Amino acid sequence: MSRQYETVIGLEVHVELATKTKIFCACSTAFGGAPNTHTCPVCTGMPGSLPVLNKQVVEYAAAVGLATNCTINQCCKFDRKNYFYPDNPQNYQISQLYEPICRDGYVEIETPAGAKKIGIHEIHMEEDAGKLIHDEWEDCSLVDFNRSGVPLIEIVSEPDMRDAQEVIAYLDKLRLIIQYLGASDCKLQEGSMRADVNLSVREVGSTTLGTRTEMKNLNSFKAIARAIDGERERQIELLEMGKAVVQETRRWDDNKEASHAMRSKEDAQDYRYFPEPDLVPIFIDDEWLAQIKARQPELRTEKLLRYKKEFDIPDYDAQIITSTKKMADLFEETTALCKKPKKVSNWLMVETMRLLKEHEMEVEELTFSPQNLAKLIDLTDEGTINGSVAKEIFEKIFLEDIEPERYVEEHGLRMVNDEGALREVVQRVIAENPQSVADYRGGKEKAMGYLVGQTMKAMKGKANPAGVNRMLKELL
Amino acid sequence: MGLMSLTAMELGRKIQAREVTAVEAVREALAQIGKMEPLFHCLVTVDEEGAIKRAKEVQKRIESKELTGPLTGVPVVIKDNLCTEGILTTCASKILSGFKPAYSAEAVKNLEEAGAVIVGKANMDEFAMGSTTETSYFGPTKNPWNQEHVPGGSSGGSCAAVAAEECSCALGSDTGGSIRQPSAFCGVTGIKPTYGTVSRYGLIAYGSSLDQIGPIAKDVSDCAAVLQAIASYDPKDSTSVKRKNYDFSAALVKDVKGLRIGIPRDYFGEGLQEEVREQILQAAKVLEAQGAVLEEFDLSLVKYAIPAYYIIASAEASSNLARFDGVKYGYRSKDYEGLHQMYKRSRSEGFGAEVKRRIMLGSFVLSSGYYDAYYLKALKTKALIKQAFDKAFAQYDLILAPAAPTTAPRLKESLQDPLQMYLGDIYTIAVNLAGLPGISLPCGVDQKGLPIGMQMIGDCFQEKTLIRAAYTFEQTRTYERCAAVKGECVR
Repeated sequence: MSRQYETVIGLEVHVELATKTKIFCACSTAFGGAPNTHTCPVCTGMPGSLPVLNKQVVEYAAAVGLATNCTINQCCKFDRKNYFYPDNPQNYQISQLYEPICRDGYVEIETPAGAKKIGIHEIHMEEDAGKLIHDEWEDCSLVDFNRSGVPLIEIVSEPDMRDAQEVIAYLDKLRLIIQYLGASDCKLQEGSMRADVNLSVREVGSTTLGTRTEMKNLNSFKAIARAIDGERERQIELLEMGKAVVQETRRWDDNKEASHAMRSKEDAQDYRYFPEPDLVPIFIDDEWLAQIKARQPELRTEKLLRYKKEFDIPDYDAQIITSTKKMADLFEETTALCKKPKKVSNWLMVETMRLLKEHEMEVEELTFSPQNLAKLIDLTDEGTINGSVAKEIFEKIFLEDIEPERYVEEHGLRMVNDEGALREVVQRVIAENPQSVADYRGGKEKAMGYLVGQTMKAMKGKANPAGVNRMLKELL
Repeated sequence: MGLMSLTAMELGRKIQAREVTAVEAVREALAQIGKMEPLFHCLVTVDEEGAIKRAKEVQKRIESKELTGPLTGVPVVIKDNLCTEGILTTCASKILSGFKPAYSAEAVKNLEEAGAVIVGKANMDEFAMGSTTETSYFGPTKNPWNQEHVPGGSSGGSCAAVAAEECSCALGSDTGGSIRQPSAFCGVTGIKPTYGTVSRYGLIAYGSSLDQIGPIAKDVSDCAAVLQAIASYDPKDSTSVKRKNYDFSAALVKDVKGLRIGIPRDYFGEGLQEEVREQILQAAKVLEAQGAVLEEFDLSLVKYAIPAYYIIASAEASSNLARFDGVKYGYRSKDYEGLHQMYKRSRSEGFGAEVKRRIMLGSFVLSSGYYDAYYLKALKTKALIKQAFDKAFAQYDLILAPAAPTTAPRLKESLQDPLQMYLGDIYTIAVNLAGLPGISLPCGVDQKGLPIGMQMIGDCFQEKTLIRAAYTFEQTRTYERCAAVKGECVR
């Protein structure tokens, strides 16, 4: 390849907001539920029904805008996007085109060349559609409107990214910000965060943009990275052959690791946008905006600094703990209960990470309560259980969130500090292992480890290891 | 003369005085419906069984002194674009054939809570698109004053039903004159309230930013009482307005002394039937004699109201009517292959010509490349018209004008030339664009004996001024019943 190409990427990211009710009616947004049970006349588009805006949607959207350095449009409006599809009960989607709620923001990502700003063109609010289920057996299609009217925000970036790593870094950053705000759980696999990739290539040094394509159906970071590399190659190949890139929407098939064209620009629908007459403009006055600002939680950068300062934990640990909201919340809540930040950090950094890896789980999937971890730390500190028992119990907490105190009692795991009982067992171990005793006396320090192990085994792991050591030395 | 010749208030008083029961009143309405329907076809659904059942319930609540309002037990008719729980609601369209809503419109609920009893659903122009009630899928309604003439539209069925005494009063909707113009043609009184006064929840939308529900009755007092019953602040309608008070009946006072009435010269120009002009100016003189101060003024901008209206209303309609697609409810074509054909055939077969014309017009003006030239320009025109009215209301308490340029046209005359039909809305449309309240009430008849209606327009939220002026005028004359109910039906 003689010419050098540069990839130009912009993203449209849809995020499902974590409101309890839908954007324009009081129906539940809860996942699951039998088909069409979370519905009402409004979200099924019945004649005569009217939308009423859920204020929480505005607050979440503005919060995301503030956290991504956007200007908040204090008088924003909804528009109708008209298109026919059976998952769209009114055959129009209520969205924002002319006056979106947020504009002109950015987030900063880390790249090998240092920090880089990725511009955000706008963030707008809109409603999700229902779900079509094709029953091939009966040869018919069914519609489930449970998702219809679930609130979404669409975050439209500027074409500021140049490769898959930057895209992933940008998405990671957005996800972290939004999770920290509590505005969404941002799960790509479950569709609560969806990214469409707009990509074009151009010769290095060129200042004009090439013809772009839009890639849909990207369900994981890995798929996004693969799709970007694949599309870059496809476009360069076309250009190298002297062909033109066609402006079109393509669908990524992650199993085949290839994309196919869905529709070209010529087939693009005319959405006939116009201002939604059933809703009034939204005025976010200074007071409301101030309230939203005041409620902004601490974001990662601030949290990181505070952890290092307030809890004196190392940078590396603080980085990992604050890398997800879930972990940071667990850390803070547990620390608040047991007041031992370093120990909490240790449990999260070592055992929690190990078990996550072992069970192939994501941090978001953690279910144990801060109460039980705090209790476990207390039990260990008080000398009620020893370290190995604690690890065993933690695994139970990790998996089933058991109550450690009750577990210790039920399984008789309390550390034995009874001198008399210990003396008896140690005497028996010495008597039963003359060879090891001889070895130890002969200067083999290793033999001591074996005798400690035998004693612990005899005491079912509940002995205080320090006590065992002392007693052995004394009796030998 | 029976119970149905009474006004709603008169009948309500008799029911409260236990002279008649709600059930008797409803039976009498149903009997009148039986007599009049074959002649005029005001209704698309008569709910005989349901009406008697509801009347019995109302009577129980009268006896337990739960219901004491002026509309208790009064038989009413509801325009068929207002959802009525369990009663067919079709917008006079094939595409909604068989549709029974699971809920009632807020205005209907309010009226029923006031004790009124629904006896049927009124015919209308399909989806309220039309000025004659001839675009109804179920066939036209005929004018009770003369069967060869239209009742006006789109609330023609509601107005004709009041004139034919099939009900004591009715609900209509007004997007560009659809209450006021048929009220004028049928010799009854109708109010189009300020936008936001009556909840639109449950009104099947035509032009959402212009639609308002309003009362139609024999006189101003009835209209005030019905408006009082249906108007409410409704959180379910984001465009609903919380008003300071809703006691419209308090404005039923015979007093217009010092009231400044503006008469727009532009409303009395070309195309106005001479007899209509004379009667309206005569009515103005009557008000002057009662102490009002008259003055002519210019409102030239209103000539842009018709194009602006047809762009805005059609644009909104093209989107509002998209939901009728054969997927969820209403009509679905019997014969189709695949999704697109189902959409196309269901909509092609389900909508009538006028509705299709407006959907196409609306889709066109919203299309990329045309949006700014048509839709945005129409919105700007709308804003300018509102400004022109604001200026006028700095000078006048109300504006007096005809409700329509002519009396009721003959059947089939209007549909041949839709543009001409659109021009017939010239006096009513600007009011919707500006969101203002308007009232239409009878002020005489032409040579053919067809009623003439005068329109009064008020500033936003000034319904009470309109009601006071209309009531004062009404006190100077007597309500004229149509030929049919007097038993001398003109053939």
